[in-house]
Amino acid sequence: MSNKILSVRGLSRIHGEQCPLCIASTGPEHDTNICPHCGSVVAAHDVNFDLYRGEILGIIGESGSGKSSTVKTLYFDEAPTAGSATFYDGGAQHDMFALNAAQQRSMRNKRFGMVYQNPHLGLNFQISAGGNIAERLLMSDLKHYGEIRTRAGDLLVRTEVARARMDQNPKTFSGGMQQRVQIAKALATQPPLLFLDEVTTGLDLSVQAAILDLILEIQHELGTAMIVVTHDLGVIRLLAGRTLVMKHGRVIESGLTDQILEDPQHAYTQRLVASAL
Amino acid sequence: MNAILTIENYAKTFCLHERNKLIPSASHVNLSVYPGKLTALIGPTGAGKSSVLKGVYRTYLPSAGRMLFRTAAGEVVDLAQADEHRMLELRKSEIGFVTQFLHCLPRKSALDVVAEPLFARGVPTEEARGRAADLLAQLAVPSHLWNVPPATFSGGEKQRVNLARGLIAQPRLLLLDEPTASLDPATTERVVAHLETLKGSGIAMLAIFHHPDLVRRLADSVIELSPPVAIVEPEKEIA
Repeated sequence: MSNKILSVRGLSRIHGEQCPLCIASTGPEHDTNICPHCGSVVAAHDVNFDLYRGEILGIIGESGSGKSSTVKTLYFDEAPTAGSATFYDGGAQHDMFALNAAQQRSMRNKRFGMVYQNPHLGLNFQISAGGNIAERLLMSDLKHYGEIRTRAGDLLVRTEVARARMDQNPKTFSGGMQQRVQIAKALATQPPLLFLDEVTTGLDLSVQAAILDLILEIQHELGTAMIVVTHDLGVIRLLAGRTLVMKHGRVIESGLTDQILEDPQHAYTQRLVASAL
Repeated sequence: MNAILTIENYAKTFCLHERNKLIPSASHVNLSVYPGKLTALIGPTGAGKSSVLKGVYRTYLPSAGRMLFRTAAGEVVDLAQADEHRMLELRKSEIGFVTQFLHCLPRKSALDVVAEPLFARGVPTEEARGRAADLLAQLAVPSHLWNVPPATFSGGEKQRVNLARGLIAQPRLLLLDEPTASLDPATTERVVAHLETLKGSGIAMLAIFHHPDLVRRLADSVIELSPPVAIVEPEKEIA
């Protein structure tokens, strides 16, 4: 179907030496992602999904389940051990892991956006908030100083950061505002695909709500496809149409989000849903 | 006339791993729903009425059976097997669900809650809000409440907001789970009149009503469900 923007098949990420027993001795049924024979960590194994244009896919799981590893591989932060990912862009389709480093950098800068849980990963704290966004705009085709400045300011205003704070260092911002600057930076090139890794974790509830509302508004306005990684069922319920549940590096279940929440199939998901506050 | 939905031998059993239990919720359900007609599900509590509606909407994964849905394009899709993206598409454009309770964000106005299905279809904001206002007026929700989040509304007002949200996009198949449960007689009459209009415009409905009187007035066919037999033998294997 032409609606597809991303297709992931057999994606795996293993840290360590790897032995022939790694896969068979890890996973939910072994209650670990560490291979007892060689000590390798099977962060993610055999992840498969399709993402459609404008769709929000949730990936839920506890720490070490492989949800962040999956997204980091797709954003080229880490190289996969196995598997493929195809990015459909306009009429073209790209075999993501077959691209060379320069091509990957270009795709990541122009066509993808990433918002990390830790703003230190997504922002440069040596330069101003506006400078952070300008950096990304420079990587696209905008070259004129005035234009870049106006566009950076517009993006900050759109994510509800006062234009007046544009020249300040994000170091001086609250956690919620740093996330807003990260979102503005991620959106600078109007990417069709956005990765959100635990973006509201650790923020005050009222700030979380405002950030989630902002994400929904953006999705509505721009039709950006998103992969939302979280351990928070509330975030999934609010944002994602479909959800993958991960545990010990494996996808143990996937489905429509309301089905995952009301009729979870796997024992772990049932426990997860039953633990919701 | 061709049925828009034909359910063959639907069953739903929950498997609770933690308690090592199988809970049957519905079994041997067979029915058809036609354009412009209302099929009512009746039966005691626990007979699986809501399970059928949730199975059609795929909030529950059916355990057995087929649910054949005829799309606007004339294609027949088994909702029990359909691809998730297909389900999302059908929910957006063809199948609506009015649940018993209103689930919405505590910070969204009633007007936007109702207009949401139209936003999702890409209807311009002002037009969507206009249509939401018309519908809320028709269902006698006082206009001073429209810009307020429904969290503080009375049960009946919430129910009407919920109903308005389910009806606004005029899906081809409408699933109704006790849509008038907490309404006073006068408001119930308005809702009945509205449902009759929708039927007249060709919308097919599969509904659960609390009052037998409403079944008598609105239903073109009635399906009686009885509670499935409890499974005595516990599940052997622990997942």
